[in-house]
Amino acid sequence: MEMLLYIALFSPLVGSLFAALFTAQKKTLIAGVVPSALLFTSFVASTLLLIQVLQGNTINVELMTWMATGNLYIPFGFVIDQISVTMMMVVTLVSTIVHIYSIGYMDHDKSFNRFFSWLSAFVFSMMVLVMSDNFAGLFIGWEGVGLCSWALIGFWYHKESATWAANEAFIMNRIADLGMLIGIFLVYWNTGTLQYAEAFAIMPTLDNSTLTMIGIFLFIGAMGKSAQFPLHTWLADAMEGPTPVSALIHAATMVTAGVYLIVRSNELYDLIPNVGLFIASLGAFVAMFAASMALVNRDMKRIIAYSTLSQLGYMFAAAGLGAYWVALFHLVAHAFFKALLFLGAGNVMHAMSDELDPFKMGGLRKVMKGTFIMMTLASVALAGLFPLAGFFSKDLILEAAFAEHHFIIYSVLLFTAGLTAFYSFRLVALIFHGEERYKIFGIHPHEAYKFMLVAMSPLAILAVIAGSLKMTYFEMVTNLLPATEYHIHSHTTYWIMTIGTQLFVGLAIAFAYKKYIGKVKEDKEFEKRFCYKVLFNQYYIPHFYDEYIVKPYRELSYIFWKQIDLKIVDATVDFIGTSLYKTGEVTRGVQNGNLSTMLKWMVAGLAVLLVLAAMFTLVATNADFLLSVYHDLGA
Amino acid sequence: MEITLTHYLVLSTILFSIGLVGIMRRKNLLMLFFATEILLNAVNVGLAAISHYYNDLTGQLFAFFIIAIAASEIAVGLGLLIVWYKRTGSIDLDTLTSMKG
Repeated sequence: MEMLLYIALFSPLVGSLFAALFTAQKKTLIAGVVPSALLFTSFVASTLLLIQVLQGNTINVELMTWMATGNLYIPFGFVIDQISVTMMMVVTLVSTIVHIYSIGYMDHDKSFNRFFSWLSAFVFSMMVLVMSDNFAGLFIGWEGVGLCSWALIGFWYHKESATWAANEAFIMNRIADLGMLIGIFLVYWNTGTLQYAEAFAIMPTLDNSTLTMIGIFLFIGAMGKSAQFPLHTWLADAMEGPTPVSALIHAATMVTAGVYLIVRSNELYDLIPNVGLFIASLGAFVAMFAASMALVNRDMKRIIAYSTLSQLGYMFAAAGLGAYWVALFHLVAHAFFKALLFLGAGNVMHAMSDELDPFKMGGLRKVMKGTFIMMTLASVALAGLFPLAGFFSKDLILEAAFAEHHFIIYSVLLFTAGLTAFYSFRLVALIFHGEERYKIFGIHPHEAYKFMLVAMSPLAILAVIAGSLKMTYFEMVTNLLPATEYHIHSHTTYWIMTIGTQLFVGLAIAFAYKKYIGKVKEDKEFEKRFCYKVLFNQYYIPHFYDEYIVKPYRELSYIFWKQIDLKIVDATVDFIGTSLYKTGEVTRGVQNGNLSTMLKWMVAGLAVLLVLAAMFTLVATNADFLLSVYHDLGA
Repeated sequence: MEITLTHYLVLSTILFSIGLVGIMRRKNLLMLFFATEILLNAVNVGLAAISHYYNDLTGQLFAFFIIAIAASEIAVGLGLLIVWYKRTGSIDLDTLTSMKG
């Protein structure tokens, strides 16, 4: 049992180190195959652990002591319970698929080996994050995934935009991580321990304001990692990375770490419903806010990224309302269909020679049948149509909001469901249906490798059937999470709601198809409208950040550089250097090799020594007298 | 007027100062040797005088040693000087600048 845990945890690390051996060399297939195989091992181990957990066995092991000073005791401890095993399954399954897919996707990339090294390192960090049984271990994983995300967004580092996006993501996360760190410090300060179980056991005895502080600061950390407003801009820019990275890190796993943190801290957030309500409101806002930006965007990957953002909003809305198991369920379902959507987008990108504008595609379903089917499935799941995964998880969130009587959140989320359906099928219609606009650009699309499609198929199957696992899942997770079943009391209301939502979503899909399936004409009139401009420019938020944060900061830095660094710090250091140099310059005259000058200096030295000797003699002989004078002065 | 220790010491100091000035001012290597001799002998005068004053022969013995050492030093120095003169045709101090830094 423990062995399984260690296999699940350390296989990705071994894979990463193995691939790292080849990073300086040319592409070797083995550097991709071995990490994939090791990840599959990790997946199998996780599955066996899942079976154990389903039988009711949870484990908590301590690998070794990490820090033990005074009252502080932090072990490298790992826990396998219902929550962490769920996350492990998602992480290992999606990452195994993404690894295999990447062998095909990164086929022509000269940094093939480096890619796998970082990708496996990411999986290891993510496993540490979800398996740790204390906040410190979680934080290590948290920073580890941040680092790997940075390296993978900036994977094509010769591209200016990629490095910029990588740095943006890293810096935004760093800002949020400060909040997270403060939260962790507060936990330790107030409970004296960082172990989840012990800390949460003490928390009910703490006063409300302390708990609120802890809750808010931890949530700030979650906001950064899960790209919630106002720290959301990095996620869309992170699409500069290779598409498998977007699928794994920026859709399925890393960005959901924030949700995981809230779910893991459910005992804390149950004590502070006000913070929970704030989280839910922010989540609902982000859901709609991000979906609205996806409506008009002309970059395939960015549309999917906004969709991820929007779905993360859903998860936070559920978690904030106390429906933790629903949030986790949506996290799992979302991981499957969103990773599938991204991988499909990767196939399209390959086919279109890295073209991202769906307006330049069209009619691809004839040449890319497999990708077409899978992306349509993923979009249906994302839109939440019965009986795919998204229907169950998203409907549960809506029901939870309704049952908790938060009707504003409910209507925002319902409206967003319509938006989701619209932008998903706008994308599908533009890429796969209609005229073959790509022909103008002289592109000859081709389907991806067979094995890539085969690798994607488990995700497609799960996107279809994940919903039916709802009750099994519910029974498992509610051993640990509050088992609230959200039932609308009246059957009529329930059916009206469900069917109404389905109809609304269906209409949105029909509208998207109608608008984008035929001849797509450039609607100049529409594009001049204010609301289009606002949405297309992402509410001018990146612009705002650039103008009011980045630029003033840059100017301030410039001033500090020119005025303080150059004129004070550098000047001081330079002064020491130049004064030594000048002393040398002056005294080198002594070394002119002329015997006569040397003799003169010798005489001068003798004179100085004589004077000194005379002075010391004088002082020594008159010591008593001088001491008395000194004492008189003192008195 | 009786000649006391002070007179000897004053004489020694004057001689030493002359020697020092010679060392500093002279550019002729030969004159430099003379100045060195004056310095050494200024010290000898002082040693002999103090030795006599204290009735202790050590100082005078020391003076003899210095004379002997001065003689050998001059012997070596003059030898080098002659070689130098043969090579360069000059015994001007300012030409001896191969140690210039």
